[in-house]
Amino acid sequence: MHDHDHDPDGDNDHRHDHHYAGHEDHHHEDGHHGHDHQHVPPDISLRVKALESLLVEKGMVDVAALDEIVDSFENRIGPRNGAQVVARAWTDPAFRERLLADGTAAIGELGYLGGQGEHMKVVANTPNVHNLVVCTLCSCYPWPTLGLPPTWYKSSAYRARAVIEPREVLREFGLDVAADVEVRVWDSTAEIRYLVLPERPGGTEGMTEEELAELVTRDAMIGVARVAAPQRSDS
Amino acid sequence: MNSIHDMGGMDGFGPVVREDDEPVFHHPWEGRVYALTRVVKPWLRGRRLPGFRFVLESIPPADYLRMSYYERWFHMVVTRLLAGGLVTGPEVESGRPDPDESSPELLPPVDGSLGFGLLNRDVPARLAPGDRVRVRNLNPRGHNRLPRYVRGRLGRVVEDYGVYALQDSDERGQLPLDDPQHVYSVRFEGRELWGDRSGGVQDAVYVDLWEEYLELA
Repeated sequence: MHDHDHDPDGDNDHRHDHHYAGHEDHHHEDGHHGHDHQHVPPDISLRVKALESLLVEKGMVDVAALDEIVDSFENRIGPRNGAQVVARAWTDPAFRERLLADGTAAIGELGYLGGQGEHMKVVANTPNVHNLVVCTLCSCYPWPTLGLPPTWYKSSAYRARAVIEPREVLREFGLDVAADVEVRVWDSTAEIRYLVLPERPGGTEGMTEEELAELVTRDAMIGVARVAAPQRSDS
Repeated sequence: MNSIHDMGGMDGFGPVVREDDEPVFHHPWEGRVYALTRVVKPWLRGRRLPGFRFVLESIPPADYLRMSYYERWFHMVVTRLLAGGLVTGPEVESGRPDPDESSPELLPPVDGSLGFGLLNRDVPARLAPGDRVRVRNLNPRGHNRLPRYVRGRLGRVVEDYGVYALQDSDERGQLPLDDPQHVYSVRFEGRELWGDRSGGVQDAVYVDLWEEYLELA
């Protein structure tokens, strides 16, 4: 799943004025992991900093390359990409057809392929079928279209429960799936990554592709939410 | 490997806890671990190393559950760097290179390594969409991509995704087990997997499985 070479060029800049400045957090991880009962050793940030310094000194790692990777996932690669794919599918029936027939090629048309998104399968929600994506063994997730996964997606609870009681999990997310709707859970165990194509909400007939993309959430593209109809006072 | 990472179907973990406006990284060190893991890849290539997922899955279950996601990754990247002889334990502790250690060498990629991606290879498919299959009862000590909850279960092939190298790996790395095979999307009915615990009668789980995990039913 994670075996991706990312090998940016760049000079071997030995700057040390990077992200750690002023952030030597010695406190324990503060509850982000919910029922996993995890805590992180108080010195983890120092241990990571030591490893980074070591690899920089050895000439194996370039600080600027690390900064670039962190920056790209904090600021550029995220669910807005996937939302563009969904909005295009909602407005362009031929694209939708291509997207469902060959997700990789169609997403490639928009330029959102790359590490952990080389081989994409898009599954469409319909009035009769609701799709949900999980990785029970690890944390596989389509990085180029959705960014890095949220903590809950990587949590023991989600990985354990999504396959055995998806309807209960969906209810916790506020989504009640009617008994006559089929729930399909996609466990990303190999190298194919999944994106859910949510149903286009009613009341969006006059909206542009850009406006539609604004409605599409990360959770809807994992399958734990629907796309809500726009709240507009006009029309 | 039959360890804690293979969580599908387990009880006892409580509700799924979400966080509003969650940051991509909760602490700066998490982003650094993520980026380090990617940037050191070329240095690890060509060496007999325990695989990425093999190391994660080898963490003892109690520790695995205690550790945060990126703490596991930190453990994994250090373990692989040590195994490859690229760093020493004292260097990792001190953060300073040992002047007596020679500089690490970047090795060329190994001939014959197939990597992880879709392969343009003409490998005959032994199965086809529509086939009823039973998942083999495989229990390797190394890493594989066969969740316990489908072993021995009946399913139906719905799609042939093409040819990928088998990703099974052990403490010596992936190469010894590199093997191009078809990967199939296999549909398992909820009732087949979970009996009465299954929700709707028509609910199903789709799992992507390499050909050698499957036999015709």
